Amino acid sequence: MAASFLFSQFVGGLTTAMFLFLIASGLSLVFGVMRIVNFAHGTFYMLGAYLAWEAMRWFSPSAEAFWPAVLIAALGIAALGAVVERLLFRHLYGKEELYQLLFTYALVLILGDAAKFIWGTGQLSVARPPVLAASIHVLGADVPLYNLFIMLLGPAIALGGWLMLSRSGPGRMARAAAYDGEMLDALGADVGGIFTGMFVISSFLAGLSGALVTPIVSIVPGMDVEIIVQAFIVVVIGGLGSFWGTFWGSVIYGQVLSFGILIFPGFSLFSVFALMAAVLIVRPWGLFGRPLR
Amino acid sequence: MRYPRARIWRRLPWTLIVFLMALWVPALGSRYDTFLGTQIAIDALFVVSLNLLLGTTGLVSFGHAAYFGIGAYACGVLMKTYGAPFILAFPAAGLAAAFFALIFGYFCVRLSQLYFAMLTLAFAQIVWAVCFKWNAVTGGDEGLPNIPYPNMDWLSSLPGLGDLSTADEFYLLTIALVALSLAALQHINRSPFGRMLTTIRDNPERAAFIGVNVRAYELAAFAVAGGFAGFAGALYGIFNRGAFADYVFWSKSAEVLIMAILGGINYFWGPPVGAFALVWLNQEITSYTQYWPFVLGVVLLVLLFAFPGGIVGGLVAGYERLRRWRWRHA
Repeated sequence: MAASFLFSQFVGGLTTAMFLFLIASGLSLVFGVMRIVNFAHGTFYMLGAYLAWEAMRWFSPSAEAFWPAVLIAALGIAALGAVVERLLFRHLYGKEELYQLLFTYALVLILGDAAKFIWGTGQLSVARPPVLAASIHVLGADVPLYNLFIMLLGPAIALGGWLMLSRSGPGRMARAAAYDGEMLDALGADVGGIFTGMFVISSFLAGLSGALVTPIVSIVPGMDVEIIVQAFIVVVIGGLGSFWGTFWGSVIYGQVLSFGILIFPGFSLFSVFALMAAVLIVRPWGLFGRPLR
Repeated sequence: MRYPRARIWRRLPWTLIVFLMALWVPALGSRYDTFLGTQIAIDALFVVSLNLLLGTTGLVSFGHAAYFGIGAYACGVLMKTYGAPFILAFPAAGLAAAFFALIFGYFCVRLSQLYFAMLTLAFAQIVWAVCFKWNAVTGGDEGLPNIPYPNMDWLSSLPGLGDLSTADEFYLLTIALVALSLAALQHINRSPFGRMLTTIRDNPERAAFIGVNVRAYELAAFAVAGGFAGFAGALYGIFNRGAFADYVFWSKSAEVLIMAILGGINYFWGPPVGAFALVWLNQEITSYTQYWPFVLGVVLLVLLFAFPGGIVGGLVAGYERLRRWRWRHA
């Protein structure tokens, strides 16, 4: 096999990985702080994509409108997250995990159908922003500038998220809330506010990733259920609640998928699920996580 | 006086009563009623098998559809590809599902709550990926269509049953097998083994202290639940004229969890009531609108916020309140 082929396979895997990381980072954040697996995260991502498409139509015909459309989508989904958390989700915090899981699943059903109602079942697509429409030639592989942008944005978000969680005041509060919410509450901190904030940031990331993926994949109903499983695998491989773990989990996932196709064509899906099961069996807390208390 | 009456209520052989009532559906109802009845019976068995884990043992499995699907494929492959008779294929489907549940369960029961749910999900998705891609055996994304109906000619030779359609015959076979399975599951629930599972649910540390091998009990429950889900899947594959990879996808596992919660997981008859309600609601709603998932989501929200005990739990709570009210005003 030619080196350039392997390299383009690697770059393809890395692009998949960074897209997945954008989605999975929000999932990981909510799990890390609130200990909740949010199935609706994929649906927020899908709604972000639809919202970006809708915003592009408002600004049409300018293709440069992509950037404001992305921002509108991300902010819109963040607002949706705030409403959902404030009005509904917070009433389930003390309840059993199963009820919280099913609540987020109810959101998947309701919001997914609402999207179908508003935007129909056809495929929608958004053009690549003109600034990043070209591609560059590296080591015999063509890399679109847009993919390169995503590959740089991924680590930037990882770094930003890590700085926020470990260096900023609110981030420290969030980690303390994850460790012992009751104690933090007793000390007079606004734990409810921290949870709302985390949920909003996570929704923002979901909306952002949904909007950013539109130039690459077409927007269809059902993209939410498909992506959430993948994001979930990434988070589990990296370690639930570990932010850097999610980053490296995405990188591993992307490469396994990319090279798995070469080794067992048709069974690459199998290889990522097998990887997830293997990680759960050997280190349930993930490759980069720490055991829960 | 109240106490013995409650016990008689509890001691009635409900499985037999429901079975005897269900026998009359083909004679009194339309073909569509028989169709719905078959679906309800199969779903009831599937969801009760899940509840052995969920309600009795306190294990949240997010991949129970795997064993349902394995049963459907095992029965379908044996009957269609190898021409095996139903009387062999049906038990084989249950055994195959129980066997895989035993292997997967061995790893799952070593994990605690949330990780348990995720590993069951991961294994179910592995089964899904294999079913979806293994064209030679499972038919891949096309599935395994046209699984033959079991040969039930002997039934029409009985007096008075000569004019039954194939669907009616299969309905009778289904409710008989489901009734036997439910009776067996209820027996398991009430046996010392089932009591021990409930002890483990309520306090695993305590159970371990008194010398119970908690993991072994959980694994046994997992395999038994998987086996009965396999039976349900085998029937469903024949009923739905084929086995398809959708049966194993994670949303199917979520659906059966919703069914259980809807009926009420703290009662043996809760989940079957949930199956009945969901199938009935589905056919009512889909005749008006295609947005069934939306309605299901709203039902689920109402359930989670207003009736966390499910239909049966809500009814029992209402009855208790009424009784206390009457006692106070007597």
